Amino acid sequence: MNLITNPELKKPSRDGFGKALLELGEKNPDVWVLTADVSESTRTHLFAEKFPQRFVQVGVAEQNMAGIASGIAACGKTVFISAYGVFSPGRNWDQLRVSICYNDVNVNLHASHTGLTVGPDGASHQALEDLSITRCLPNLIVMSPADMEETRKAVHAAAATKTPCYIRTSREKTPVFTTEATPFEIGKANVYHEGKDVAIFAHGIPVYESLKAAESLKKKGIDAAVIDCHTIKPIDKDTIVKYAKQCGHVVTVEEHQINGGLGSAVAEVLAENYPCPMKRHGVYDTFCESGSARELLKKYMLDAEGIEKVVEKAIL
Amino acid sequence: MMKRITNIKKLNLIANTIRQDVVKMLYEAKSGHSAGSIGLADIYTALYFSVLYHDPQKPDWPDRDRHVLSNGHVCPVLYATLANAGYFPKKELMTLRKLGSRLQGHPHRGTLPGIENSSGPLGQGLSQAVGMALVAKAEQKKWRVYCMVSDGEQQEGQIWEAAMLAAKYKLGNLTVIMDRNNIQIDGYTEEVVPLEPLTEKYRAFGWHVIDVDGHNIKQIIDACNESRAVYERPTIIIAHTIPGKAVSFMEHRFEWHGKPPSKEDMDKALAELENVRKLIEEEEI
Repeated sequence: MNLITNPELKKPSRDGFGKALLELGEKNPDVWVLTADVSESTRTHLFAEKFPQRFVQVGVAEQNMAGIASGIAACGKTVFISAYGVFSPGRNWDQLRVSICYNDVNVNLHASHTGLTVGPDGASHQALEDLSITRCLPNLIVMSPADMEETRKAVHAAAATKTPCYIRTSREKTPVFTTEATPFEIGKANVYHEGKDVAIFAHGIPVYESLKAAESLKKKGIDAAVIDCHTIKPIDKDTIVKYAKQCGHVVTVEEHQINGGLGSAVAEVLAENYPCPMKRHGVYDTFCESGSARELLKKYMLDAEGIEKVVEKAIL
Repeated sequence: MMKRITNIKKLNLIANTIRQDVVKMLYEAKSGHSAGSIGLADIYTALYFSVLYHDPQKPDWPDRDRHVLSNGHVCPVLYATLANAGYFPKKELMTLRKLGSRLQGHPHRGTLPGIENSSGPLGQGLSQAVGMALVAKAEQKKWRVYCMVSDGEQQEGQIWEAAMLAAKYKLGNLTVIMDRNNIQIDGYTEEVVPLEPLTEKYRAFGWHVIDVDGHNIKQIIDACNESRAVYERPTIIIAHTIPGKAVSFMEHRFEWHGKPPSKEDMDKALAELENVRKLIEEEEI
């Protein structure tokens, strides 16, 4: 089965969110959507136009949005709230913790504009800590899909669970390389490239960049496995341990701080189950800067070329 | 469905029982919030014995009125009220805050029947109440939402975010009751950060505002009834209460915000409450 393609098509993963909401809205009259003054950029405007009765515009008030969503969900609804990652879950963490997770209601947070690739808006708008602050919350499932199609599936999967979920997406247009046939199961990592020398675990935009890096590494005789960890919590322990054993070296790659994100999650699994040489690659405890998405990926070595160099160094 | 009691003497006696239960629970728990809990006994009696449409035998009845408690630290009075209304056995009240109890230190939805929301961090409940009222309005349901908020938590910005949204959506099915007892942990509200003029503030935010004596059960019931007749805007009932009401040494004292009674305090408080009970019983109807 052809799970991935080499695509011409480039779309932002947030488009997958907007598309899935429309599909869910048609299918399920109990789906509600809220946004905090960013309906178009989160793609929730599509749902709003079609289902105005089930759409709530809360204005610039992310804390209130989380609470309102909790109340709606307490009435048996499936709720999605959507804003930029720096504001939600950045601004409303306490509400996420108590009103949503402790209540254990079916509220799903969608963050668009996460990671470095927000680009020109600069450091204040680059959500690079969101996984650290969500991964620690009981009852919460945490996902970071690799492209638009995978995001669409993640949104459907989130709607099908009864517990709260967090879904992280990007503003930048990137290749849609997974297909309708690519499997998606919460908590089950997808292996997109087999290898025996080093295992690259990634999520979000860096997955495709890692695949390109793996192709290039192959020409140098380095056989890199590339694993898409679209679910950060619960983390897929079995796949991580299996590929650590198979490859002996592990590199994590993410558009996130190296502290608290996928790198930490993988390190926790390996430290307890199969300690082995490992490198956490991402943003190294710093605020970044303005620039185009491509320029920033290059500068912070999160494009294919940068990842290739980091992997080579890691397995020396 | 629970039968409504309209006899004020009967309601005053229930409030007295709830006060006594709260004193015993807090002594047993050795921690918790005395003044606010005792001060709210009259309002909770009015809500659960005369105002809300609810059924203690069917806590998940879809058409029930919802009560959202925002200032979760006063949960002893909610627990005592729920037990007296028949949601769970009264003897369980003495497990408050203990390991394995369904009566958590701050309320947890799903653990105890009748609890609509988990709370504790201030300022979060009003948003949840607004969310529920939005659903009822969109689906043209008849049930209403009653939300309890404290005065101290008006210092949280989220309260005003929720207040703006409730006005935007013209939530006539939302009644908020504010426990205006003038105290918070560090002192008197007007000294910590002044809240007044609250009535004018809520009016300016597009709300219908009613000021009541929070220990006059008839006034509380009347205000709730009035709020039912206001369709175009949400209502807030500012209930002026005395923290620790009916226990002389607790009344008006912010020092009793977050402290439980000792054995001696409890005995003294229960004796005073028994005297009040006799006075209520002697009243002509």
